[in-house]
Amino acid sequence: MVGLGLSYLLLPKQRQRITTIQRYVVLLLVAILILSPFLWLVSAVFKDTDVLMQYAFLPPLSEWSSETLNLKNFYNPETEELDSLFEAEKTIEGEVHFWRYLANSLFLASTSTIVTLFFSSLGGYALAKYEFHGKYAIISFMLGTMMIPGLLLLAPLYNLIYKIGWMDSYWALLVPGASSAFGMFLFRQACLSVPNSLMEAARIDGCSEFSIYLNIVMPLVRPMTGAFCLVSFLGNWNSFVYPNIYIQTQSKLTLPVILNQFVDVYSQQYGIFLAGTLIAIIPPAILFFALQREFISGLTSGAIKG
Amino acid sequence: MTPSNRRAPWFFLSPYLLLTLIFFIYPFLNAIILAFHQTNGPKSRAFVGWRNFIFVLSDSDFHTAFWNTTIYALASICVQLPLSLGFAMLLNAKKDNLKGIFRLILFSPHLVGQVFVGIIFALLFMPRHGLFNRFLQGLIFWGLDQEWLSNPALVMPALIIVSMWMYVGFNMIYFLAALQNVDQELTEAAMIDGANAWHRFWTVTVPAIKPVAVFVVIMSTIGSYQLFEMPYSMLRGYGPKNAGLTIVGYLYRTAFETGDLGTGAAIGWVLALIIFTFSMAQMAIARGTEID
Repeated sequence: MVGLGLSYLLLPKQRQRITTIQRYVVLLLVAILILSPFLWLVSAVFKDTDVLMQYAFLPPLSEWSSETLNLKNFYNPETEELDSLFEAEKTIEGEVHFWRYLANSLFLASTSTIVTLFFSSLGGYALAKYEFHGKYAIISFMLGTMMIPGLLLLAPLYNLIYKIGWMDSYWALLVPGASSAFGMFLFRQACLSVPNSLMEAARIDGCSEFSIYLNIVMPLVRPMTGAFCLVSFLGNWNSFVYPNIYIQTQSKLTLPVILNQFVDVYSQQYGIFLAGTLIAIIPPAILFFALQREFISGLTSGAIKG
Repeated sequence: MTPSNRRAPWFFLSPYLLLTLIFFIYPFLNAIILAFHQTNGPKSRAFVGWRNFIFVLSDSDFHTAFWNTTIYALASICVQLPLSLGFAMLLNAKKDNLKGIFRLILFSPHLVGQVFVGIIFALLFMPRHGLFNRFLQGLIFWGLDQEWLSNPALVMPALIIVSMWMYVGFNMIYFLAALQNVDQELTEAAMIDGANAWHRFWTVTVPAIKPVAVFVVIMSTIGSYQLFEMPYSMLRGYGPKNAGLTIVGYLYRTAFETGDLGTGAAIGWVLALIIFTFSMAQMAIARGTEID
């Protein structure tokens, strides 16, 4: 396939054998390869555990019945045991429903996104639109910190969180990342293109500096806002290491952590943790489709300009 | 400027400065101190000099982790990125209504968190029943019974295959954007001059996409060396005979499963040094090959 892609580019024009149709055939094959794990996942969660591995995707139409396709992975009223996703789990702290983990993840990812968006855009705006002593020192420092892998600090950060007394608390997940150097860099780049005359005009009209940021600059950098929200939400939603090391109380866990545990809890009942995984993929997918235009342009602008 | 104008930027930057001081500079300095101490959980510590570093660098598990991660990084750069560029060039037609849809599809795996990817692919790689095993059997009549995740020789290939699925489309977006920078007039001029396509690729396309390509290579290297969650969830740990142990996996196991934060901090420094060295080397190579 790559060969075809390369030859498309490399063969002289006259001998170019690759038509639009051939191009589409290749792209279509790639698209099918990329999408097949998703299709497999969707069909797996509706298959009965007994036939889950029997068919690659859905059973043939002639085999369709409530024996082969049903919602038992989500809810199974027939049995007493714990064998469906929405059944309450009995833990030492009492019953915990799957909804609880979903709510925890939604709360953490959206709170974190909003706070990080606010602090990063505010900082990026200050670094783009004001002149002051130490500005370039801060920018160089910020770019320097972006070069350092965050995981270097995993052990000392754990130590710090322990000393502050934030173990098993959401503060440990929300506060340390509340302002991102990467986000400030992106917003600084976006704010640079906002004309100073707009801000001057607002100042003459008596606008406060904060209201210039909120009412004039922020609406102008909306594409970056959309892109940053998605990146930040994805990062927090899918975050595994930090909640896994900080949070111990079962009812406070997030989806990546609990689903990773479910693989052991429901070892042979694949359908149950796959159903949970499918639910865990849906919110980022919705957000992505809502923000995709901003996202693609925002994602690449840093690389192209930089 | 009015006094309020002068105070405003500092006020706007104060959340960042404060948070960075507490949650970056302090742990950063502490990482230096911690790396020279033996610890038992967060509570007790004793100074041990360079012993943590000596232990890590002579530990055979670290060597395994280093080579596993390096093979993974090499595969990302040498196999996955050319594929991404190939797909980007295929997709880069001037007027194409389907471009947006293909771009979305190719990008979609990136939305799935690494833990979830691990959960899904653990089942796709199952002998006899896994979708991937069935696919291989159908395509090349081999692979139905392969135990990708319990045969040490197949664990790294499996991780590389999963990483292709996750990142080919993500990197393609960058190349696709970079290809917009290719000067069409220059391409046509080269064509009129009789330059063949291979020549055109190296003299017109490559220089135009080079800044982005360097950026993508460095980002891929940094990302590859931080691989952890996907293999950890897919292999339920580190794989048979540590065949899927990565450097960050080694860090995680040492710091949080064994409880040795001091050695964990030392591994963090070694990792930072590895990443720093490779990024610098790549930047130097990129600069060294500058044509003009």
